[in-house]
Amino acid sequence: MAILFYIFAAVAIIAALNVVLQRTPVYSALSLIVVLCAIAVEYLLLNAEFIAVIQVIVYAGAIMVLFVLVIMLLNARREVPSSRSRVARWLGLPLLAAFLAEMLFAVWRYLPANMALPEAPASGPAAVGGLLFRNYVLPFELTSILILVAVLGAVVLAKKQL
Amino acid sequence: MVPLSHVLALSMILFVLGIAGFIFRRNVITIFMCIELMLNAVNLAFIGFARQLGQLDGQLYVFFRSVVAAAEAAVGLAIIIALYRNRESLSIDDLDSMRN
Amino acid sequence: MTFLVLTTLVKIGFVLFFVLTTVAYLSWLERKVIAHIQSRWGPYRVGPHGLLQPVADGIKFFFKEDIVPLEVDWPIYLLAPFLAFALAFLSFAVIPFGTSFQLRGRTVFLQITDLDVGLLFIFAVTSLGVYSIALAGWSSNSKYPLFGGLRSSAQMISYELSLALAVIGVILISGSLSLRDIVVHQSGFWQPAGLSGFLPRWNIFVQPIGFLAYFTAAIAETNRIPFDLPEGETELVGGFHTEYSSLKFAMFFMAEYANMITVSCIATLLFFGGWLGPMFGPPWLQVLLPVFWFCAKVFCFLFFYIWMRGTLPRFRYDQLMAFGWKVLLPVGLLNILLTSLVVTWRNA
Repeated sequence: MAILFYIFAAVAIIAALNVVLQRTPVYSALSLIVVLCAIAVEYLLLNAEFIAVIQVIVYAGAIMVLFVLVIMLLNARREVPSSRSRVARWLGLPLLAAFLAEMLFAVWRYLPANMALPEAPASGPAAVGGLLFRNYVLPFELTSILILVAVLGAVVLAKKQL
Repeated sequence: MVPLSHVLALSMILFVLGIAGFIFRRNVITIFMCIELMLNAVNLAFIGFARQLGQLDGQLYVFFRSVVAAAEAAVGLAIIIALYRNRESLSIDDLDSMRN
Repeated sequence: MTFLVLTTLVKIGFVLFFVLTTVAYLSWLERKVIAHIQSRWGPYRVGPHGLLQPVADGIKFFFKEDIVPLEVDWPIYLLAPFLAFALAFLSFAVIPFGTSFQLRGRTVFLQITDLDVGLLFIFAVTSLGVYSIALAGWSSNSKYPLFGGLRSSAQMISYELSLALAVIGVILISGSLSLRDIVVHQSGFWQPAGLSGFLPRWNIFVQPIGFLAYFTAAIAETNRIPFDLPEGETELVGGFHTEYSSLKFAMFFMAEYANMITVSCIATLLFFGGWLGPMFGPPWLQVLLPVFWFCAKVFCFLFFYIWMRGTLPRFRYDQLMAFGWKVLLPVGLLNILLTSLVVTWRNA
């Protein structure tokens, strides 16, 4: 069972590398969809089945569709490698690698691999919904207002003339 | 099943890859996609912690994050479309009118 | 553990075989039914009443010349039909075909897997299906496919919303997202004062608006007449599959039929009691009868789909989008409101 986690972790990392390294935006978008689906499977393996399906429906099925359609609409071509940011490349990559090494070391040092894992709580839609509508009802209502504002903003910004 | 440290390691690798893409890519839409990658890495960390602590609050946080990410993607892509209409270019090298 | 793996593999084999055969003979059924609606015969010569026509079509698709235009975006051009095909068949993983039977002392359910969030899984697979059409249209690098692909993606996204809302009424009544639980909730008969026990407790009798909204949205999702402007032959040459030929076109074709079958299966499970029906006979018949009732109900829906194709004209694109957003969405919301009021009042 745990082997599945590592297989999908490898898939997610390879696809994420593809997102970063591909020159054509459409291929990056498709690789990002693969990453999102792999992460959804990871959620399933971490006992978050409702959130896994929500991740696929919302993230991979709606947000990324928006990305792909915008890329098609704007006809984004192959990216020309930039001639400007030499400093960013030569300084940035080693610093990022150092950052990653430091964080991985912190995790390895302070989170031993044999920590006690408690019993998995009920994580179906009933449990998540109960928590959502009892303890988190205020953020829920606020996010609905947030979405309304976002929809209005997107319509206004993308209009050809107000 | 899977130790928390491994989940966090995966989350961090994805996050750093997102940062790398964010810094080195020139296309605005690709930069936006790397931001989404970073956000998903953080979501994974939250689910890992939710599992480790045996609570559902982490999962609920991811739920709210997905919703906010949807709103942010909608507005961000609308901004990108408006930007493309003005500048006819999707490279951030051409979007530096505030420099010098 | 190995028992589970083995039975699951056997079930997957069965379901694949069943769905592939149904897809093939659905094309035969469609041609025959539309032909008879239009007062002609349809396939008649290849085998008795044209029953071997799907076999002939399959052989034709294999041997047809695969014409690929020069300017297509190769990886995505190849990916799109396979993605469509894979996603169309993926949703059969959670559909229950019947009850269960005992094998060597262990229970084997007639369903590949019973997810707690089975219905949401179907929606997830449907939302991913938008990609195959959008990518097919875009990668073909030509006007008609691009228009067809973009129109179709916009249509599918709009009607996905109405599809999900129409189904929430059923979820409120059944209290579960698992498809097996929803069907089991519909067993038994209504017992109001007077009519004792002849009306089965199917959700269609408590959710008529939900059913109509669901079925309309589902027809729009599967791009069938009257909502098939994105692939209408007289409008857009072939829509998103213009530049595809032979095997890749066959995959789109099969994916569309498989989507139709999925939608019909979900409609029977959610609204018409799935595999519930009169049960009689020895134990082995008791296992096969639910499957038979399920298939009969799905067949009625497929026939209805094909009947509509032969009868109704096509919606214009702006009418289609207006209908999805301005009619189906409010109807779905109204349905949720009414259902939740009734459910709360009954539980109070």
